Amino acid sequence: MLLQPLASVAGAHPLSGTIAEYVWVLPILPLIGFVLNGLLSLVPSYHAGPADPGAGHGSSHAHSARVEHALAEQQAEHAGAPGTDSHLQARSRVASIAGVIGPLVVALSFALAVAMFVAMLKVSGQMHEPFVKRFFSWMPVGSLHIDWAFQLDQLSMMMVLIITGVGTLIHIFSVGYMRDDPGFARYFAYLNLFVALMLVLVLGASYPVMFVGWEGVGLASYLLIGFWFNDKINADAGKKAFIVNRVGDFGFLIAMFLLWANLGTLDFTGVAAHVGMLPVGGAVVTAICLFFLLGCTGKSAQIPLYIWLPDAMQGPTPVSALIHAATMVTAGVYLIARSSFLFSMAPVAELTVAVIGAATAFFAATIGLKQWDIKKVLAYSTISQLGYMFIAAGVGAYVSGMFHLMTHAFFKALLFLGSGAVINAMHEAYHHTDSHADAQDMRNMGGLRRYMPATWILMWIATLAISGIPPFAGFFSKDEILGGVFARAGHSTLASAHWLGIPGSGLLYAVYVLGLAGAFLTAIYMTRLMLYTFHGPNRTGEQEAKHLHETSWVMLWPLIALGALSVVGGWVNLPNFLDALGPVGALERWLDPVVGAAALRVTGGTPAEVGHGTELGLVALAVLIAIAGIALAVLVLKPAALVPKAQAAPEHGIQRVLADKYYVDEAVDEVIVTPVVQGSRNVLWRVIDAGIIDGLFVNGAAFATRSLGWIGSQLQTGEVGTYAWVFVIGVLAVLGAFTIR
Amino acid sequence: MVAESLIISAVLFAIGVVGVLIRRNAIIIFMCVELMLNAVNLSFIALSRLYGITGQVFVLFVMTVAAAEAAVGLAIIISIFRHHESVDLQNINILKG
Repeated sequence: MLLQPLASVAGAHPLSGTIAEYVWVLPILPLIGFVLNGLLSLVPSYHAGPADPGAGHGSSHAHSARVEHALAEQQAEHAGAPGTDSHLQARSRVASIAGVIGPLVVALSFALAVAMFVAMLKVSGQMHEPFVKRFFSWMPVGSLHIDWAFQLDQLSMMMVLIITGVGTLIHIFSVGYMRDDPGFARYFAYLNLFVALMLVLVLGASYPVMFVGWEGVGLASYLLIGFWFNDKINADAGKKAFIVNRVGDFGFLIAMFLLWANLGTLDFTGVAAHVGMLPVGGAVVTAICLFFLLGCTGKSAQIPLYIWLPDAMQGPTPVSALIHAATMVTAGVYLIARSSFLFSMAPVAELTVAVIGAATAFFAATIGLKQWDIKKVLAYSTISQLGYMFIAAGVGAYVSGMFHLMTHAFFKALLFLGSGAVINAMHEAYHHTDSHADAQDMRNMGGLRRYMPATWILMWIATLAISGIPPFAGFFSKDEILGGVFARAGHSTLASAHWLGIPGSGLLYAVYVLGLAGAFLTAIYMTRLMLYTFHGPNRTGEQEAKHLHETSWVMLWPLIALGALSVVGGWVNLPNFLDALGPVGALERWLDPVVGAAALRVTGGTPAEVGHGTELGLVALAVLIAIAGIALAVLVLKPAALVPKAQAAPEHGIQRVLADKYYVDEAVDEVIVTPVVQGSRNVLWRVIDAGIIDGLFVNGAAFATRSLGWIGSQLQTGEVGTYAWVFVIGVLAVLGAFTIR
Repeated sequence: MVAESLIISAVLFAIGVVGVLIRRNAIIIFMCVELMLNAVNLSFIALSRLYGITGQVFVLFVMTVAAAEAAVGLAIIISIFRHHESVDLQNINILKG
């Protein structure tokens, strides 16, 4: 049953013998960083010294947790020995080591990835199969053989570059953002662990290896969401993310079981080679895809499992940028693109993906309209943008999905890091005056462009990119998705399929309209965020505003790099009508060996294309809608009329519903959490555990043992006469037995 | 001759067993035990006619052990009497757990 990779059958792979042989080093480097930083975080003298700027005041606004943490540590540590300079030195020295190791290991991984990319470019013409590197046999159980193997192909190469590239920038940003935090080394340990496991996820050559990374990034996400665990709300958010993801992981596992039961292999190459044994559109392949989809909705925060992502914003902002916007949450899109050979065989599952994506893209965008917390806006924006990637993956436009994944990684990381810079500035301003106001609420911001001009410009670049304004990166990728949906709604295997009785063609046109509407809302809520944060009068407070200032260089230059990527990122996959700007569809050709065949199967053998005029019309429509959204926001929203959060009046009607996120969390609490808790308490605890387990089994066993012992003890009367009788009877019985025999 | 000796031996032994079982006085029970021992001795002697000198040697051993047992047993009975003012075994059940 063990399937050899095609490459080893067909002779040496073009990448064998090159630097790609060292693919295992990619995740090992951040793993080493995790171990070193984890050890550093155990150094006791590391924790906040007496002169720590963060521990000087006892305020409790947005980042109160880390300040209080610092204070507690300080008191505990210096209870016996009042502050000396040696403590401060020990702290800063150790901190600077963690601040070097953390970004360095990821940067080294990135450098190695670039070298592999160059090697792959050289042989890209001959590379039709993935380069699979086997290290050891992991699970040889009966006919189930799973190797610990990494797979390097065009798709995983792209993901590795995004993860390590954006990861390096965010690690550098973190050095500035987390500099006063007592958990500095622990933070970098977790962040390195995340990068290592994310690389395992995308490099794994089989579903089980991928699942290790899948679970591992969930763990890292949990650890980082609850990074400031002294506040219960943060710890709860971490638990919520973990538990909601368990639901999705259940789907992933079932899908793997089904694959194993039907195909007898779990390697990507093996499944791709044998999937033809299953009937196209059959129940088995559809079920496998739908269970994988359940896993994807958990990891990529789609309806119905999106509820954990907004809460995940409780973590440090660079974490939100790296894990909850740029990389981990895109794992679901990666999984669908990686399994394109499966999904392209199940039109119903594909349409489900597209419908979920479209619904999420629109639904999350409406919530984003009325959020006041700057990070919550971005969180719902992320959910919405992931919806677009799902739309693309759902209609078989895998390249467009991966393209949007990449551009989104650039501009959303930029948006999050920019908001991190804003929050940092707000936090420090409030710190100087010991104010307790919310540093993340946009009603407390306003007019920040005067204090942070560089951040302001960069954030506008990202906003235009996400809104889909040319020539920024988001324009190309979002346009390609919407155009792809439109083309496939006209003619494809999906258009001729039915989904719950609805013709696929009509469904895809509805997806297209929802996508356009989502783009309109995206432009509105992002412009709203910019207007309220950077424009209009300042609402921070007179005293506080004096302390607002531009962010430090260590945090600014990753923003600049991401800003540049957000501008030029779209160039990697130019549409046909812009052939004057450079080679058309470079990413399309790059990913063709991985997803090309599957994409062709969805479209029915010929590439999905619409006429030149139609294409230009669609582009014009999308751009007009984005511009209309921005214009509407500028015209309608009045930043000058806003009042700080403390004086704000409560909202009414539909605005209240949006601000309260359609009460989905409350509904989940009522419908799922409360019954589960009640059932656990009244049935599982009181009946099963206390009644049956404790009562019947534990105490019952004790009672039975004691009863038997009591019966046995009655034989012992203590009277010699009785013993003599028993003895004689016994002797007679033995003698009798011998005699009779 | 052997057969008659063995019958006497069996009768003596049975008397000893019955005495042990039905009497309460420790001294009498003790004497019944001695009776059983000597009944066995008698059968040893009788059988040594058929099977050689070994049985007679065994009798010497049994008498030796019986003497030692008598010494220990009587000492126990005396100390029981000192404790309980009685040698009636029905009153003595301190062995009960």
